[in-house]
Amino acid sequence: MKVKMLSRNPDHYVRETKLDLQRVPRNYDPTLHPFEVPREYIRALNATKLERVFAKPFLASLDGHRDGVNCLAKNPKSLATVLSGACDGEVKIWNLTKRKCIRTIQAHEGFVRGICTRFCGTSFFTVGDDKTVKQWKMDGPSCGEEEEPLHTILGKTVYTGIDHHWREAVFATCGQQVDIWDEQRTSPICSMTWGFDSISSVKFNPIETFLLGSCASDRNIVLYDMRQATPLKKVILDMRTNTICWNPMEAFIFTAANEDYNLYTFDMRALDTPVMVHMDHVSAVLDVDYSPTGREFVSASFDKSIRIFPVDKSRSREVYHTKRMQHVICVKWTADSKYIMCGSDEMNIRLWKANASEKLGVKKFLSDSSSAFSVLRGPTQRATEPDSLGAARLHLVAPIRQYVVGALTKRT
Amino acid sequence: METVPEPGSNVPPKKDRLQTKKKKPRRYWEQETTGTAAGASPGPPRKRKRNRELRPQKPKKNDTSKKFRISKKPRELKSPRPQRSLSGAQDPFAGPAPVSVEVVQKYCRIDKSKELPHPKTKTRSRLVVAEAQEEETSVRAARSELLLTEEPGFLEGEDGEDTAKIRQADIVEAVDIASAAKHFDLNLRQFGPYRLNYSRTGRHLAFGGRRGHVAALDWVTKKLMCEINVMEAVRDIRFLHSEALLAVAQNRWLHIYDNQGIELHCVRRCDRVTRLEFLPFHFLLATASETGFLTYLDVSVGKIVAALNARAGRLSVMTQNPYNAVIHLGHSNGTVSLWSPAMKEPLVKILCHRGGVRAVAVDSTGMHMATSGLDHQLKVFDLRGTFQPLSARTLPQGAGHLAFSQRGLLAAGMGDVVNIWAGQGKASPPSLEQPYLTHRLSGHVHGLQFCPYEDVLGVGHSGGITSMLVPGAAEPNFDGLESNPYRSRKQRQEWEVKALLEKVPAELICLDPRALAEVDVISLEQAKKERAERLGYDPDARAPFQPKPKQKGRSSTASLVKRKRKVMDQEHRDKIRQSLEQQLQKQEKAKPTGARPSALDRFVR
Repeated sequence: MKVKMLSRNPDHYVRETKLDLQRVPRNYDPTLHPFEVPREYIRALNATKLERVFAKPFLASLDGHRDGVNCLAKNPKSLATVLSGACDGEVKIWNLTKRKCIRTIQAHEGFVRGICTRFCGTSFFTVGDDKTVKQWKMDGPSCGEEEEPLHTILGKTVYTGIDHHWREAVFATCGQQVDIWDEQRTSPICSMTWGFDSISSVKFNPIETFLLGSCASDRNIVLYDMRQATPLKKVILDMRTNTICWNPMEAFIFTAANEDYNLYTFDMRALDTPVMVHMDHVSAVLDVDYSPTGREFVSASFDKSIRIFPVDKSRSREVYHTKRMQHVICVKWTADSKYIMCGSDEMNIRLWKANASEKLGVKKFLSDSSSAFSVLRGPTQRATEPDSLGAARLHLVAPIRQYVVGALTKRT
Repeated sequence: METVPEPGSNVPPKKDRLQTKKKKPRRYWEQETTGTAAGASPGPPRKRKRNRELRPQKPKKNDTSKKFRISKKPRELKSPRPQRSLSGAQDPFAGPAPVSVEVVQKYCRIDKSKELPHPKTKTRSRLVVAEAQEEETSVRAARSELLLTEEPGFLEGEDGEDTAKIRQADIVEAVDIASAAKHFDLNLRQFGPYRLNYSRTGRHLAFGGRRGHVAALDWVTKKLMCEINVMEAVRDIRFLHSEALLAVAQNRWLHIYDNQGIELHCVRRCDRVTRLEFLPFHFLLATASETGFLTYLDVSVGKIVAALNARAGRLSVMTQNPYNAVIHLGHSNGTVSLWSPAMKEPLVKILCHRGGVRAVAVDSTGMHMATSGLDHQLKVFDLRGTFQPLSARTLPQGAGHLAFSQRGLLAAGMGDVVNIWAGQGKASPPSLEQPYLTHRLSGHVHGLQFCPYEDVLGVGHSGGITSMLVPGAAEPNFDGLESNPYRSRKQRQEWEVKALLEKVPAELICLDPRALAEVDVISLEQAKKERAERLGYDPDARAPFQPKPKQKGRSSTASLVKRKRKVMDQEHRDKIRQSLEQQLQKQEKAKPTGARPSALDRFVR
């Protein structure tokens, strides 16, 4: 008779020393992994519940302004700096890590309508109700010097918004028409207009840097080409758009924050119908900003809340609100895609986490890999299976310690 | 949308790539391509073409901007380039390694025969993507089988030799020392016939004798964990989720012990329990009692989840289906009923035998059920389709105990003899013609279980415990993250926490464990009905019939009206016919069945 019994050598399955890693042989046969679907379902359910348990997004409130915060700007070269313009003409520069105001400038008489930083991060521009455009140095005045703008431009009409080109020394203001200015000149190099009403905001495209978009009071959004110095296309909506924001990853996508409580994501090449309508706010949407990943954006609304929307979904994934936060006028997503800053009516700028349950800061190796929460989020214990579940699914992350005992010990 | 008129340049059409491609000069070593050599596989797979077929079709919105789109000619299929080297040799095994279709089939999980009633394009495209993904991953999983290290055991007789005649002593002599040590006999005559249970990893063994002897040990190293006498009759014994806890069904109540022999709980709600089954992924201990109740106890929270009255008298035959956690109960009227804690009635009732059912066993894939009855029959049923018997065999003596192994071997204990039947492979039912192995014990069989991941059958009998060698019984390659016989204490603790976090609630037990992954058609239809009620009309209903306009005067008002009326009358007639049929059916159901026909029936309305 020929007989062979299944006999395993324990040396192939048990580690040799305490300093070694444990061996974990794998077999993906479905009969060894029964109840795949219910277990996966329970894991997704528990992970979602735990995510809500650990969701503590509010980080800090920056106090100091004496009037409502009207506009925010990011410093492209420093993650920890943010600039804010208030309704009494004050501009404050904040350090987010120390959560303190490092500089205050009385920039304008009246509202500071718009603020934008130059791409090199050395200076910034502000426009105000006193029909001026002022350029300031990003570093404070050295001792002995007074706080003076580098450059002041006096205009004939009120400017309502400003945005700087992403590469060249050119900026655009909007008011009665869209003006493109060279930094050295005191009069615009070209003015573009299409329609007869005032324009409330203007934005440069970060990828196709010669394109601009603007929102006007007669409910339209106009796209301009700076090289040809003409307007390109126009789309008219039902209600007025407050601001637009270009997707930093997709050159032709922009999102418009509209007064009819919705946000519309358009593809520039086909403006007849929006790619997605994002409906979740209960009052006018005042500002929108994209995450640097291009996958999500945050919107600030008159209904005292800010919402985070995924680009391809019509409903928000997250809403942040506080009893103390009143109408949110402006919002920005920081350049490391981890934080959201919003400025509101009640003179405070609030700092939030973009992922509410994310643990920020330095993580220890073992504590993160073996905690129950990360286990539920991650280990690919099941054999690979197509995802036909509609349940909330989280990103699957392979466990850190997992080795296949195979090729080394296979008996011939 | 308004467009500013362009300056006036026309975009010249791109030159067709195929036309302007320059011909490469032929090198001296390149011969005329005569096609692939015979026997070689057809070149690298044409991946590009497949992706184009399987990509979901996006509905085209902007048809007006077609003038700038360049029409592509259908790409020519590239003839597979023969793999040639400078020496002229050809790769005899060109292309990807072949994978056998059965192995790929093993990893496929989507049931492609199920069709959705009215799928939307979005759902359909998602299903198509899921199917394509599953195809790819199943091929990859099939290839990863190369990495499995162990081979299953086997026992083959020489020409004419019957494997059933081979004795255990012969096998022990012919096999290596480590395997020979797995065969042992514990002679325990003093404390009554024994029932035994292996833990889920197959490393630990617990047994309990009728006169109260309870012991737990690591049977591989023969290290005793605990040995106590509970001073009461022990009817059944089971390990809970790990080797740390034992459940013992004693004469009066159910007791839970530590593996050191310390009594932890006495569950008085489970009284006079005859059989125990532990559902490992639900953390449920199912108990069948003499009072006729099937009780589910959740051992992680310590609550009784369901106490079902089986309404069939004394319950003494119970087993679980490892595939879907359904409990099979055998009754004295020859039926086997299938129970889930969510339902008060059995899910299925199967008539198996002419007399009472004596033993039931279900294999690990949940496809076959073996039953044996007082009519001396041993039958194998198909559980995942028709519930019909696949094969039957008459035994000289009824089998009181049945057990399936991980690779589909069936063991039956008849008196003091154990017979084992084997099948073709893992998926096929065991063929009951010729037994694979037999063994005679020193006492009558009272408990039978194959050890998981080891080629060993544990038998509890009236003379003690015997561990038999059965080559080819067990799954050779275990998965370290599910049940690892070589796990350390820390690994066990981590596994326990993860298992508790993934505990499946008892309400999800049903005949098809993949029911959650199906598209929810019922909710969809319910939502449609509610929408129709809310709106007052059904927006998806068919538009009323509009007669097509015809020529030559056949489209006058009168003929249009006639055509419309014809279609309406036809629909009306169909509806009446349907309602008449339904009425007839209702009447037939309402008529008292089973009543003998009498002459006065003609006067009944």
